Amino acid sequence: MAEIRNYTMNFGPQHPAAHGVLRLVLELDGEVIQRADPHIGLLHRGTEKLAENRTYLQSIPYMDRLDYVSMMSNEHAYVMAIEKMMSIDVPPRAQYIRVMFDEITRVLNHLLWLGAHALDVGAMTVFLYAFREREDLFDCYEAVSGARMHAAYYRPGGVYRDLPNRMPQYDVSPLRNAKTVAKQNENRQGSLLDFIEDFTQRFPKYVDEYETLLTDNRIWKQRTVDVGIVTPERALALGMTGPMLRGSGIAWDLRKTQPYEVYADMDFDVPVGVNGDCYDRYLVRMEEFRQSNRIIQQCVNWLRANPGPVITTDNKVAPPDRAGMKSNMEDLIHHFKLFTEGFHVPAGEAYAAVEHPKGEFGIYMVSDGANKPYRLKIRAPGFAHLAALDEMTRGHMIADLVAIIGTQDIVFGEIDR
Amino acid sequence: MSAKLDQLHQDVQSALGAKLIQASIALNELNLQCRAEDYLAVCLCLRDDPRFRFEQLIDLCGVDYQTYSDVEQEGPRYAVVCHFLSVSMNQRVRLRVFAADEAFPILPTLVDVWPVANWYEREAFDMYGIMFENHPDLRRLLTDYGFVGHPFRKDFPMIGLVEMRYDPEQQRVIYQPVSIDERNNVPRVIRNEGAHAK
Repeated sequence: MAEIRNYTMNFGPQHPAAHGVLRLVLELDGEVIQRADPHIGLLHRGTEKLAENRTYLQSIPYMDRLDYVSMMSNEHAYVMAIEKMMSIDVPPRAQYIRVMFDEITRVLNHLLWLGAHALDVGAMTVFLYAFREREDLFDCYEAVSGARMHAAYYRPGGVYRDLPNRMPQYDVSPLRNAKTVAKQNENRQGSLLDFIEDFTQRFPKYVDEYETLLTDNRIWKQRTVDVGIVTPERALALGMTGPMLRGSGIAWDLRKTQPYEVYADMDFDVPVGVNGDCYDRYLVRMEEFRQSNRIIQQCVNWLRANPGPVITTDNKVAPPDRAGMKSNMEDLIHHFKLFTEGFHVPAGEAYAAVEHPKGEFGIYMVSDGANKPYRLKIRAPGFAHLAALDEMTRGHMIADLVAIIGTQDIVFGEIDR
Repeated sequence: MSAKLDQLHQDVQSALGAKLIQASIALNELNLQCRAEDYLAVCLCLRDDPRFRFEQLIDLCGVDYQTYSDVEQEGPRYAVVCHFLSVSMNQRVRLRVFAADEAFPILPTLVDVWPVANWYEREAFDMYGIMFENHPDLRRLLTDYGFVGHPFRKDFPMIGLVEMRYDPEQQRVIYQPVSIDERNNVPRVIRNEGAHAK
């Protein structure tokens, strides 16, 4: 009699639906998954070790490269941990700018998630739509920091500089004639805040567009409804946070429950799912688009009315202004010490967490009073989610695995660190 | 928030008093420390006691205290630090436990208490060589297949020990000792003075 054995199959690391460098070893009975063993670490760069050998300021750009689709949220947790340990007060305007950019980042992240998830499941158009809006948001990143992705904009004590009064515009080039450029620059005539406000007015219509493509789409529902169900109890035990936890019906959002910065003053709702399947998590994230949009609008209104400093005046952590540095001995010394030796964080330990687009992103920092962290541990939400992949996919078909990887919003920068 | 934290502090003291070496509040966070033999009992109490209900193990990581404060440390070298979150009670706590033996650090596993501990413990084992007793699947997680050493230990160089390249003669990828030098442009300095020192 023929021996019946399970298949063992490699999925990735060069599979387009593996979202980067995931290698999965699947044990299959026909097309049904018996066991999924993720092999990770192909993008492990040792960020935590590197940070132990860098001053606090030098590590900020590393944070951008953790979850490289929600850059500023990572920085936020890192600077919050430093601020907590040093008891630095952040000016209110900086807090509003941070909240606004956190939400812009959330929209950026969810747009990529939506596009990639839909593409994995077989809907091509959404990806193209999502990237159209990402372009505008990258322009916002570029306007404040000069970089389209890896901004290094949040600094201990505030943000690097105030919002620009003029939104950068396209120039005429051999590739674009004057008529095209005029059209592209239509909503870039004013300041950055004008541009963002214009975006928030356009954006709900875009979300409606995505929803017409997917929400009632028969194929989309066939691929996501009742796939990858997680009960609330298991979601907690498996360490899930963010939309993964809310999709299972637990109303937990750090922005509401443990508010940081000015989230306590913001008016927004926390969507929750019912069944804990991929479709519910999709609906939760779609609603988060709209809620983020609301928060951005509130921040824009506040920021218009309230000018002020955007970084602490404590020159032990934030550099003095340029004019002072060139005329004042003390400022010059501060600047020199800050960018050579760096600042010292008092001995102790702290954990700071933010509601990252993917879940709870936390920084656990141990200091012994040096200019470099003694130990930095990055709590990445995707790490716990991917650890649950085995349990979520067991008994599903291979095609569902792709939907489940999509719904987990896996990004390897943060998982491998 | 602070009154709530004080209440939690008192409850923890009364429930676990004898098992805790340390329970203190710093920077608005509650820090606990216990012995390795009480580790599981403390964790079970933190999860199941109706006053705590820490349903979530948010994070578990290893720490190597060998060069803390740049002076020779007394006592055990490796610790595991856990962060717990209670979604129902909206509170957090941190628990530290030292592994007594430096040559063979070993602690009980939390996989049966919180399944998410599986990967966190694999990571701590990979990075620090901390063993977890009764762990179902203690393999390396993040480093390469066949990796030697535990890279986050303080005596492991930042540049690593081996580098990989393609060898055209053998027509395969080979490992060889690293050919670069460690570069450290900013020396590590400890200062306990100035505005932010405590």
